[in-house]
Parts: sequence; C-alpha cells; structure tokens
Amino acid sequence: MESAAIIDPPMITPVSSPQQQVASGSEPTAAAPERPPAFEVERLSIFYGEKKAIENVTLTIPSKMITAIIGPSGCGKSTLLRSLNRMHELVPQTRIEGKVVFAGEDIYAPHIDPVVVRRRIGMVFQKSNPFPTMSIAENVLVGLKLNGVRDRAFLRERLEQSLRMAALWDEVKNDLHKPGISLSGGQQQRLCIARAIAVEPEVLLMDEPASALDPIATAKIEELIHELSSNYTVVIVTHNMQQAGRCSDYTAFLYLGRLIEFAATTKIFTNPSERQTEDYITGRFG
Amino acid sequence: MPIAVAPERPAVRSTIDRMAPPSGLGDKVFKWFTLAMALAVVALVFLVGWQLARGSSLAIHRFGFHFLATSTWDPVAEQFGALPFIYGTAVSSLIALIIAVPLSIATAVYLTELAPLWIRQPIVSLIEMLAAIPSVILGLWGIFVMIPWLRDHPFPFLKKIFGWTPFFSGPIYGVSMLAGGIIIAVMILPIITSVSREILRSVPNLQREAAYALGATRWEVTRIAVLSYAKKGLFGAVILGLGRALGETMAVTMVIGNTPQIRASLFAPGYTLASVIANEFTEATTDVYLQALFEIGLVLFGITILANLLAQLLLKTMGSTIKSGAVQ
Repeated sequence: MESAAIIDPPMITPVSSPQQQVASGSEPTAAAPERPPAFEVERLSIFYGEKKAIENVTLTIPSKMITAIIGPSGCGKSTLLRSLNRMHELVPQTRIEGKVVFAGEDIYAPHIDPVVVRRRIGMVFQKSNPFPTMSIAENVLVGLKLNGVRDRAFLRERLEQSLRMAALWDEVKNDLHKPGISLSGGQQQRLCIARAIAVEPEVLLMDEPASALDPIATAKIEELIHELSSNYTVVIVTHNMQQAGRCSDYTAFLYLGRLIEFAATTKIFTNPSERQTEDYITGRFG
Repeated sequence: MPIAVAPERPAVRSTIDRMAPPSGLGDKVFKWFTLAMALAVVALVFLVGWQLARGSSLAIHRFGFHFLATSTWDPVAEQFGALPFIYGTAVSSLIALIIAVPLSIATAVYLTELAPLWIRQPIVSLIEMLAAIPSVILGLWGIFVMIPWLRDHPFPFLKKIFGWTPFFSGPIYGVSMLAGGIIIAVMILPIITSVSREILRSVPNLQREAAYALGATRWEVTRIAVLSYAKKGLFGAVILGLGRALGETMAVTMVIGNTPQIRASLFAPGYTLASVIANEFTEATTDVYLQALFEIGLVLFGITILANLLAQLLLKTMGSTIKSGAVQ
C-alpha cells in the first residue's frame, strides 16, 4: 500500500499525535504524561512447558493511548498481549515469572481471580468470533448479562452505544435480532469490538484484529481503533508495520521473545535506537 | 497472439510433453464405484423393510390396525396385539435416555473442558471398553448383580419417596421396566459420551476465548460458548443413542421380566419389541404366530426410522429458530 507510511506515519487526527505529546507534554487534550500508566510489565518471562516464549520483558504501557506490538512471526507478541489479561493461561502448562501491574496490582498475585481481570481488560481476536447461536443484540450484550445486568433500559442504551462506538449501528439497527454470523467479515469483527466494549473495560487488547479483513474493512477498523483510544487504553498486536505506523502512539518491537525497543511510534519508524529495529522496519529481515 | 516456439532447439522436449495425458478412467471408476456402494446401502434399507412387510402380510391382513392397538398376546388363541411391546420399547428407551443423556453429556463436558490432561485418555479408554462389553455379559451382570442390588436398596428407597405416584408403586420384583431402562442406559452411555466428546472437541477454541475474554467463568464459558455452539451435534448424539436404545435386545431381555402388559408402575415387568422377537422366534410354530413376530419387527423398523426422521425435522427447526433479540 503506501510505502511512505513507513517513514512518516500519517495520523488520522493530530490531537493525540505522539510528537506533540513527547514534545510539548502538557497539551490539554492530549494524554497527560502524569496519568498513571495502564500496565507496568516487570521482568516478565513466560514459558510454554520448557519453551520460553517471552524473556525478561519490562515495559510501561501508557493509558488512553494506542500501543502497538510488532515483530516477526513467533516472536511472542501474541503471548505478551495475552499475558496482559491472563488469556495465555488457557494453554495448558504455562508458567510465568515477573509481574504485570495493572491499576496498582499485580494481576498474577495469588489472590487475583483471572475472571475479574478479564472483565476489566477486554479482548478482540484475529478472527471474528461472534457466538453463532446469538443474535446481534445478544452478542453485544452477552458480557453484561453474564455480569448480572438485568435493567432493560440500560441494556438497550448500552446496545446502541456500543454499536455506535463500533461504527456498526447504522448498518445493523434494523436487524438486531438477526444472527451475528449473518454479517460480513468486517462487520462481524466490529460486532466483536462492540461486544468487547459493551462491558466498558478499561483496556482493549487486540490480536491482529484486521489481519483477516480486506483493505476497506481494515481501514474502518483502524479508524475505529483510533476513536476508541480517547476512552480506552488500546494494545494492538499487528504483523502489518504500516498499520502500526498508521494507528499507534507507541510501538514495542519484539524479537525472539525479547523486547528490543519500545518508544513513540514516530521514533521507532523514523529514528530507531536499535539496529535490529531498523533492519526489521526497513524490511531487511522478518 | 501466435505462440512463439523456440525454433533453434526443436529436439528438446519440454516437461509438459513428457507427461502422459490425464486418464479419465480413474475418475470414472471412482465415481461409479462409490455411487454403487451408496445405492447398495439405500437398497438394503428398502429390502429389509420390504422383506419384513412381505413376511408379515398375512398378519397385517388378519389383524389390521388392531395389531397396533390391542394388548392381548396369546399365541395359543392366535390373538396378537403389539401394544405392550410398543409401550415397553418406548418407556424403556425413555428411561434409558433420561438416565444416560445427562451422564454422558456431563462426562463429555468434563473430559473436554475441565479434566486435567493426564486423566482424559484413561477415562476415554474405559468408556470405550464399556462399549466393547458383549450385551449378554451385561445381561448376566444385570441378573446377578444389578437386579438384587436394585431390589434391596434403590427401589425401596424410590418407593418410599415417590410411592404416592403411580410410577413407583406396587410390588417390587426386581426384574422390571426400570431395570430394563437402566441396563439400556449403561449400553448407550459409551456411544453418546464419545460422540458428544467429539462434538465438543470440534467447538473452535476461538469461541471459548471469546467468552473467557468477557470475563466468563468456566461454567459460563461452557454454557454460552461450548454447549450452545454444539447443541445441534449433541442432539444428534442423543438420537444416535436413542436408535441404539430402541433396538437393544439381549441385555434388556434378561432383566425386563418379559411380561406383555402395560403398567404405570416402573417396578412392574414389561416386554419390548426386540425382546419378544428374540424370545419367541423358536417357538413360533404356526404361520400366523411367525407372521405376527415379523410384523413386530416391521413395527420396530418403522419406529426406528420414524424416530430418526423426527429427529432430523427437529434439527432443521432448531437451526432456523434463533431466539429474537434480548431487548426487542
């Protein structure tokens, strides 16, 4: 697509452009640097059986911003993302060392229930996965209903709100009772985003959310991610560097399970500190 | 555009020239062979039905609809009514399903969703072993172990608690409709469990993850992502079990009591369609007796096919009715 994006990622709106935040720091609308970070990952190592997937990663993910995790296949970027809401634990025989501090608490502390963690940290997956037996409305509201919300007026309001935020409302408002899987691929993915934000999580984790979509649907998702970042902390894994350049504020580059570099996206794409980062983003390997 | 051919080296044959032309023979043989096999299966079903109908034509003529609607089974007087057997087959199969379906599906859910990995394969092997036990051995076990135990412990207990209903009243003999149902349940457990397990295993992990990511507990994940996704397949597994239950013969014959009667009490002995054929075929000395047994076979055949058709109809309607939106 646009090769220029590698050099100079065009931001969709200039408000949250990282140059400004880094440079001026105290723009009233931009995320203030003194806001507590969303995640503090401290010396995190993750093992699948004997295999080390993540090695000694330390990074601070800022809140109400978009952080992209990039790197070649198998570098552990999905594992790192999933460790942020303990989804990687669904794979048997995982082991973890280090800490992930979220809202002042280590989410791996013994007294923490992963169910509670996941209620506060939502997730969108590579392939859209609406529940096939549920209608569009039921798909959006399933999280609220699981958490015991019964107030019909509130549900109705959240339904519209979530679908509007996911930029899907106008397309489905007359078909809310139709099955979620009757939608197109891109619409299904936006439905999944609506489902994730309906429970108002504090963070949205996205695992290559547009990799199965065509360019038009991808553009819609990217625009959506950008809009979501005014309310949510978004962490997105992508194998598409243009995408990372286009829609993230910060970028982490992961290679062989280790964090090579983490910086403002513009810095990573224009003036990376590490040789490996430069080689990767210029396409010399990976 | 004319295709350019290198003129300077005409002797060299390209790879494509060395290849044999595609042979259509394999495809033809393949197509006709599989078609013939598929037709043979269909033909077999019709042949069985036709043979049964032919074998019972005399009885059908003589008794007509009364055969299905009367309860007297008296070979000496040549009075034949199949109703007690139809009732026995239906009730014993129903009891079997009521017992086996929750057990099997719960086992399958445990094996796919909850059990630690090391324990899964041993349990699966044991369940498969249960399926390998010959029917007659289960029947022997039923007579010498299950029935005395049922008679002394669970039956009196059931009678004490539910004795006020017609289903658990009357004298306890041991051999009974309930015992028949229980032995069928044991026999259909393995098939329902292993089919259900395969169905649950085929639920994409992405579905489970979707639910987990919303902060669902294990039970909630199983309910909203696994069971609802798999419900059609699970229904199919149950129907497979029902098919087995309807036709189950040997073990049931050994424990059900073989008395052609219709009693509300499940403690009373009963009789099934399959059992009466197995028991009385050697004694069927008169033509009409033999024909009546053939007609019993025809009825069983019909019931099994009907159950399957009904199940498929149900599956179709299940597919097309998705509950309307929650807030509509």
